[in-house]
Amino acid sequence: MSEGVQHHILSVLVENKFGVLSRVSGLFSRRGYNIFSLAVSPTEDERFSRMTIVVDAESAPLEQVTKQLNKLIPVIKITELGDDAVERELLLVTVKATAELRSQITELASIFEAKILDVGYDALTLLVAGTPDKLDAFTDLLRPYTIVELQRTGRIALPKLARRPAKLRAVKDRGA
Amino acid sequence: MQLTGAQALIKSLEMEGTEVMFGLPGGAILPVYDPLIDSSIRHILVRHEQGAGHMAEGYAQATGRPGVAMVTSGPAATNIVTPLCNAYMDSIPLVVITGQVAYSVIGTDAFQECDTVGITMPVTKHNWLVTDPQDVPRVIREAFHVATTGRPGPVLVDMPKDVSNQMMDWYWPDDVELPGYKPNTKGHPKQIKDAARLMGEAQRPVIYAGGGILKARAAEALRELAELTDAHVVTTLMARGAFPDDHRLALGMPGMHGNYTAVTAMQQSDLLIALGSRFDDRVTGKLDAFAPGAKVIHVDVDPAELGKVRRPDVPIVGDCRLVIEELIKAVKADRAKRDWPDLSAWDRQIEDWQRTYPLHYEQHDDGPLKPQYCIESLRDHTPDDTIVIAGVGQHQMWTSQLWRFNHPYTWINSGGLGTMGYAVPASIGAKVGKPERTVWAVDGDGCFQMTAQELVTASAERIPVKVAILNNAYLGMVRQWQELFYEERYSEVYLSPDLPDYVRWAEAMGCVGFRVDDPSDVVPTIEKANEIDDRPVVVDFRVDYREKVYPMVPAGGSNDDIILDPAHDKPGGR
Repeated sequence: MSEGVQHHILSVLVENKFGVLSRVSGLFSRRGYNIFSLAVSPTEDERFSRMTIVVDAESAPLEQVTKQLNKLIPVIKITELGDDAVERELLLVTVKATAELRSQITELASIFEAKILDVGYDALTLLVAGTPDKLDAFTDLLRPYTIVELQRTGRIALPKLARRPAKLRAVKDRGA
Repeated sequence: MQLTGAQALIKSLEMEGTEVMFGLPGGAILPVYDPLIDSSIRHILVRHEQGAGHMAEGYAQATGRPGVAMVTSGPAATNIVTPLCNAYMDSIPLVVITGQVAYSVIGTDAFQECDTVGITMPVTKHNWLVTDPQDVPRVIREAFHVATTGRPGPVLVDMPKDVSNQMMDWYWPDDVELPGYKPNTKGHPKQIKDAARLMGEAQRPVIYAGGGILKARAAEALRELAELTDAHVVTTLMARGAFPDDHRLALGMPGMHGNYTAVTAMQQSDLLIALGSRFDDRVTGKLDAFAPGAKVIHVDVDPAELGKVRRPDVPIVGDCRLVIEELIKAVKADRAKRDWPDLSAWDRQIEDWQRTYPLHYEQHDDGPLKPQYCIESLRDHTPDDTIVIAGVGQHQMWTSQLWRFNHPYTWINSGGLGTMGYAVPASIGAKVGKPERTVWAVDGDGCFQMTAQELVTASAERIPVKVAILNNAYLGMVRQWQELFYEERYSEVYLSPDLPDYVRWAEAMGCVGFRVDDPSDVVPTIEKANEIDDRPVVVDFRVDYREKVYPMVPAGGSNDDIILDPAHDKPGGR
């Protein structure tokens, strides 16, 4: 990544209708931004979906993209999540595991609290959930055993919760 | 009441107050053309779908009401993409209905199928694929709402043939429910107060009025604000007419081909009050060098415009008319509290520039006909409220420079997209919307050849527009750039003055055709053209191909390096 470019996590609440993903992603591709990861699913209210978009961009042009996203009719709300957001990602990986190596891999899996989903003649399929960093670390450690296939969901995230009652904060803000 | 989707569509358009629509039928839209026979809506049958879109745009720009166009699927839909993009760039309210192959066969490469919604997504404010006839009234209601509110723009409704044929229970929605669309029209009171305070400190304020003034019907409010504060006003290409050119505070057009005073006043200003303008590159020139000493107040109904190009000191999201009205109140309140600076030194400076660097050309009695002379003659021999429409290129710049626009909605052109061929169809749309007004298109020979066939539409529908072709036998603006920036290497710009024969072409299309070679024939011919009221007129003005548009700021250059007409022997140019 060139200087100034960094990960930004956008949490975008949209109407749960066909074509919305295409409208949203179009605004990024038009400017040549690569969407690093994307996770979409309906929210607790099925009329709406939440997209968690991780995009690599400089902050200033991203502000413009965010404003343009806001102009899309089916987009309800956009929040850029900070570093303190709670984020998780899921990883499925099939790794070569002959009988003699299997125990080494299951040991790694237990350290990372991964689950074994499938066992084959010479391979294992594992599931691990966690922060993107944890998933990266797990992947690195599995690499020497030969990764056959790997799939990540892209991260989902929610904002950090307040540590004090909202009412008190409002009083303080008014004073400031 | 049970209706077909097609009947519901036409009825919904009627409910939205549609008086006229421009279009051309075909396979997938056939069901919708049937109930049109029984409708109160006037339909104007165009000769090419691009014409339908531009006519609807001209209609919208002249009247302020949304323009409506209807075409079929596939090639018709792709032909109307240019008008959609044009309307998107120039914020013109446009509702386009396209036919689509039956919903049941979408995605099978059916005859005349294309992904209209996908293709038009980046050039519409929003678009809809109707999948259920029961949705038709709601979608049309939403379409008009989105097109006409907030920052206006084009929308498209794609109507599959089977949906048009299926039955629905008629209803008309009371309200529009779009949770993600709530345009903010009222400016923030604190920001408005800050703006008034900045205006009260400025020694060299310039109001930078853009097309948003016209969209917001804010010309009156703008005039009141300017007169109250004595701030001079530049009107961008999209805002010509938003402030009267005869006014003592009017500076005319800024930008690449703006006049010296408008460009330089902005450069040296200490406060730019940007009202419904968007810091287009054709206005700012090299951005780093644009108005370096100016603070900026930026008012726009579209939040994405604020800070897009230049970061404002005071951003105000809101409708231009509402914000200006509040700003006037805030200015009055601020003035009651303190004295505002004396602007007379700045006024004198501006007068000095205006005297020293006027627009300049020379028409000799026996010399070649000058395009500027044709435009000035047209200006001086047409009613004051004539609607003038231009295409794109030299003729457009000269018209914008030389015409005296004293009324809003008298100037229509393609600004943002720069669509050659805009003038003929847009003038037809404008005349349909304002039949009582004189409508003159000023066109280039290159532009004219792109959409001239719509004069057949105008003749058939008895829409008596007038077209002045400034025929210099070249793609003139391209030629100008090749002359100035490509060492006079003229690549593919020659068009010939005689091919086509514009007079005979006009006559073949049911118009009256005139040709003018001699300066002395200009005014008599214009007067003859003005008298014709029962059919379109085309005047082929054979003008000097060497004439260039000045002043000029070269693309990417600083506005400080404005090039004046070389014949202008005063210092200050380059």
